[in-house]
Amino acid sequence: MNRKARKKAIRENLSSYAFLVPWLLGFFIFTLYPMIYSLYLSFTDFNMLQPPKWIGLRNYFVMFVGNDQFPRDERFLNSLFVTFRFVFISVPLKLVFALAVAMLMNQRLRLIPFYRTLYYIPTLLGGSVAIAVLWRRLFAGDGVLNAILSGVFNVNNPPAWISNPKYALYTLILLSVWQFGSPMIIFLAGLKQIPQEYYEAASVDGAGKTRQFFAITLPSLSPIIFFNLIMQMISAFQSFTQAYIVSGGQGGPLDSTMFYSLYLYLKGFAFSEMGYASAMAWVLLVIIAALTALAFKGSGSLVSYGSGE
Amino acid sequence: MKNRTARRISAFLSNFIIIVLGVGMLYPVVWLIAASFKESNTIFSDPGLIPKSFTLQNYIQGWKGIGIIGFGTFFKNSFIICTLCVIANVIFCSLTAYAFARLRFAGKNFWFAVMMVTLMLPSHVTTIPRYIIFRSFGWIDTFLPLVVPKFFATDAFFIFLLVQFMRSLPKELDESAMIDGCGKFGIYTRIVMPLTTPALITTVLFTFLWTWDDFFNQLLYLNSPSKYTVPMGLRLFVDSSGMSSWGPMFAMSVLSLVPCFILFFSLQKYFVQGIITTGIKG
Repeated sequence: MNRKARKKAIRENLSSYAFLVPWLLGFFIFTLYPMIYSLYLSFTDFNMLQPPKWIGLRNYFVMFVGNDQFPRDERFLNSLFVTFRFVFISVPLKLVFALAVAMLMNQRLRLIPFYRTLYYIPTLLGGSVAIAVLWRRLFAGDGVLNAILSGVFNVNNPPAWISNPKYALYTLILLSVWQFGSPMIIFLAGLKQIPQEYYEAASVDGAGKTRQFFAITLPSLSPIIFFNLIMQMISAFQSFTQAYIVSGGQGGPLDSTMFYSLYLYLKGFAFSEMGYASAMAWVLLVIIAALTALAFKGSGSLVSYGSGE
Repeated sequence: MKNRTARRISAFLSNFIIIVLGVGMLYPVVWLIAASFKESNTIFSDPGLIPKSFTLQNYIQGWKGIGIIGFGTFFKNSFIICTLCVIANVIFCSLTAYAFARLRFAGKNFWFAVMMVTLMLPSHVTTIPRYIIFRSFGWIDTFLPLVVPKFFATDAFFIFLLVQFMRSLPKELDESAMIDGCGKFGIYTRIVMPLTTPALITTVLFTFLWTWDDFFNQLLYLNSPSKYTVPMGLRLFVDSSGMSSWGPMFAMSVLSLVPCFILFFSLQKYFVQGIITTGIKG
């Protein structure tokens, strides 16, 4: 009887695992094996023509330290810096903007579904090459923005935004903030979940709008804000298409839009330094993992998940 | 009474701000559409939205493409890739999600955690080895590297979305079907899949959109213009940018956005639902 039961349990397990076979195969072939392989490649010098040559930690050494024989890769550090700047400016701005618009919409307005659609359009289109191409033209020296600035507002010699290293990154930040539709929709759904009685009780107690925002709205939304923060950060670190198209594939001017992903792509596929590019991929993984862990740890004190009613 | 007036004023103000902001935000898109109908030499001298001289020449010239390959080929290629990816994701992500959401087996929590980790993994870690593997298969300059991984449920995002949805279906359905002699696969095809339709539509939508816009992988794997997709075709215009090609480039840019628009406006409800249930990406 016992044996029969065990047999049945095994059969039960096997028939369930049958559904998981494609995913398990995919995980081993397309995720786990490539990960191990790229970790190995990160310790090698590999140009796709000769077999990988083991060089220990040299790729990592060149990225962060460097010496006379193997000088430090300043372009790498620059790309890291550019990407950090992009992430830490664009993500908070995007979330603040999304929350502000969501709060504006969180009223009994008849046209909410229409507005929601309208505001989602940039997010719908923003990831495309078409919009990146358009951006390049909008902010070019002889582009649309400057035509408006000099034609309507009489500004003399407005800068060529895209080809000026001081401003180029900000055009990409603007493009990213412009696509605030998804967090906005999520915030709007979250705001609708906050019981109206909280606000009523607060205003009876004499709390003003500002006080209500910090005492009720923000704490109630904190898990959603936190989740969005992590997810937006992870995807912002990996941005590629926009920088590639806007900078013509070179990260210019003067490497001011040389995103991490773009530099990794150039190293791996334009200069055939596959080992170095693999090391870069692992550094990115560590950075993202560390930031996520940090965010989780910080959330312990900042995020309230309610009293679990 | 006073309260009602105050609320009306506040509603009016909100409507006003939302509309002004919305118009400002959409200006670039509207300008793009207007520019695609302007004559090439007037595009930049005319920042207005209504073309002074309306022309379809940009579309005719753009459709011919650059060199011998026309935009028709690029659209065909993009549609082939998107269709295959959509089919693969609907079948294989739902199969995996069904196992995680409805079945019991040893090690389920472990594998689910693994799946969630792959959701957060930056794709760069696998990019280079995947390229080397696909090259050794002789798959460079084919659609296979873009499509085959999807047949192994590699898009964890959609597994997560479908798991969330399937978990909300009542458990009793499975049990009563089981009593009626329905096997696991039968429950999947006859009960769970039909009830999961809204989440499956969300899967179709986002798979299509993200594949349509997936410039990085197409750039990596497609080399010859006859294999190019729409984003790659647009890039050809950027590379050969003379004043005369702006018009056709804008025209083709507008065309490239049309499928996204159609999907979005016909299936809006599912977009919103998908974004809210997962709260990720986009």
